[in-house]
Amino acid sequence: MTSLLEGDGVPSVAVHTNVFARVARSTARLRGIPTLRQAFVPQPVVGRTAAELRGYIEGSDQVSGRPFMQEVIDGLTRPLDDADLTGATFERTTPRLLPRDTEDNLRQLFLDNRWTDFLPIVLPTEERVAAMLEGTSQPPDKVVGRMRAGNFRETWEYTVEKVAVNAVMAGARPEYLSVILALAASNTTSRQGSTTSMTCLGVVNGPIRNEIGMNCGIGAMGPYSHANTTIGRAFSLLSQNGQGGSVPGETYMGALGNPLAYSLCFAENEERSPWQPLHVQKGFEPTDSTATVFNGLRYVQEGFGPRDTWEAKFRRCLAATAYLPPLIVLDPIVARLFQSRGITSKQDLIDWCAQNARLPARDYWDDQWMQTLVRPRAAAGVEPYASKLKAAPDAIVQMYEANDINVVVVGGETQGAFKIFGANYVTTVSVDAWR
Amino acid sequence: MADHLSVHDPRGYPPKVTGKRLAPRPSALDGKLVYLVDCLFDNSAAFMEQLRQWFAAHLPAVQIQVITPRESWIDDADMRKKIAADGNAAILGVGL
Repeated sequence: MTSLLEGDGVPSVAVHTNVFARVARSTARLRGIPTLRQAFVPQPVVGRTAAELRGYIEGSDQVSGRPFMQEVIDGLTRPLDDADLTGATFERTTPRLLPRDTEDNLRQLFLDNRWTDFLPIVLPTEERVAAMLEGTSQPPDKVVGRMRAGNFRETWEYTVEKVAVNAVMAGARPEYLSVILALAASNTTSRQGSTTSMTCLGVVNGPIRNEIGMNCGIGAMGPYSHANTTIGRAFSLLSQNGQGGSVPGETYMGALGNPLAYSLCFAENEERSPWQPLHVQKGFEPTDSTATVFNGLRYVQEGFGPRDTWEAKFRRCLAATAYLPPLIVLDPIVARLFQSRGITSKQDLIDWCAQNARLPARDYWDDQWMQTLVRPRAAAGVEPYASKLKAAPDAIVQMYEANDINVVVVGGETQGAFKIFGANYVTTVSVDAWR
Repeated sequence: MADHLSVHDPRGYPPKVTGKRLAPRPSALDGKLVYLVDCLFDNSAAFMEQLRQWFAAHLPAVQIQVITPRESWIDDADMRKKIAADGNAAILGVGL
């Protein structure tokens, strides 16, 4: 926003915490204003008292070492120099092919440039990429989609060929390419730069699952299927490379990271599920093949059942999923046991969860995510959040809307197991369109 | 060279970056209206309040007004329009 205010003719200074110095400067450069005036206080601001924050203000800038307020005042009043007046215009290119080299040197190049997830890759030679492209009828230069590492980063785009390159690197086979292209066409990165370490999950539905040997049974979430593992990994590698990088401190700021970010893609067990498949719920025909993307995956609860106390257990799990809406992934055994307890459809379970996932308003709002992203909307009058903000601290509020909750049936029926991910539904994309 | 491989670059295609200039600076802030833009991150309101108090104590000739966008992580064009119309400078925080 600082760069936009400068464009409006308003002298501005952006205040950041010191751990974001690299990303703040990188973002300014990519907005064409590398000399954007910035000042840095210590991390964190969250949880600090008024006195501690006053200490930040009266202390030193954490990057320049000068008094913080001197940095701020100087940023607003220092006369402009040539660099301030011109900004920086530049074009970057990414070549189609890298300079020829030995296998060892190329492997080192991919590692040095952080083009991998640090697991071994298959080098994307011209021959291998050409073979991968046999997996689709789409032209190699067709633009598939666009991604960016964060809301304030620049957006990169990628073609069918670039997706194929990353599919080769992940060890995928040509017959998987249409699924990988559909995930890529979601325009959703699984390498978001968020401090919350978010990532993505893919669910595949329809005939393509069996055509390419995807696993929806025992061990479907991994690592027990070549197709599931390499499709998920291809989506992850494409995310970091297609958007121009996922580098800690610059384009990735996840405090803890996320082990689910390596690869997470599986097929719904439509044959053993008593319930409607996910893609049909989203408006597709049962004979369509689709890939659905969810993002979030910061919280994962799990359990077994349902047993006699399942309602209490689900209430605990749902409350702990805070605050992304639940994506409930359950074994066919669980779905059938739910049926015997009167939950006869996915929608029944979704409605029960929406009605029973509740917290005292005090607890609901006492969360950094809620304070930063949801409270401002509530304060602006956006429902249903506005009503929850008005609620007394001890009043019980509903955590999720039914429309935001999803259910997927997967698993090999060795146990009545379920998981509840905190995950937003993003989109469902046709795989058939990318065959 | 027989053992040399020809390999694709895995990266996507970046956009062109177009340079932009900074806004002209005043020589001093006395008598000017400086907006403190609370970006709505957790506890940023408390930080901005301390910043407001610092100006009141140390630079009382500077007019200070706290303002917030309608949501976090968005460009609030109406808020920017108000700042550009009324204000002489802005301090944004605490973001990122």
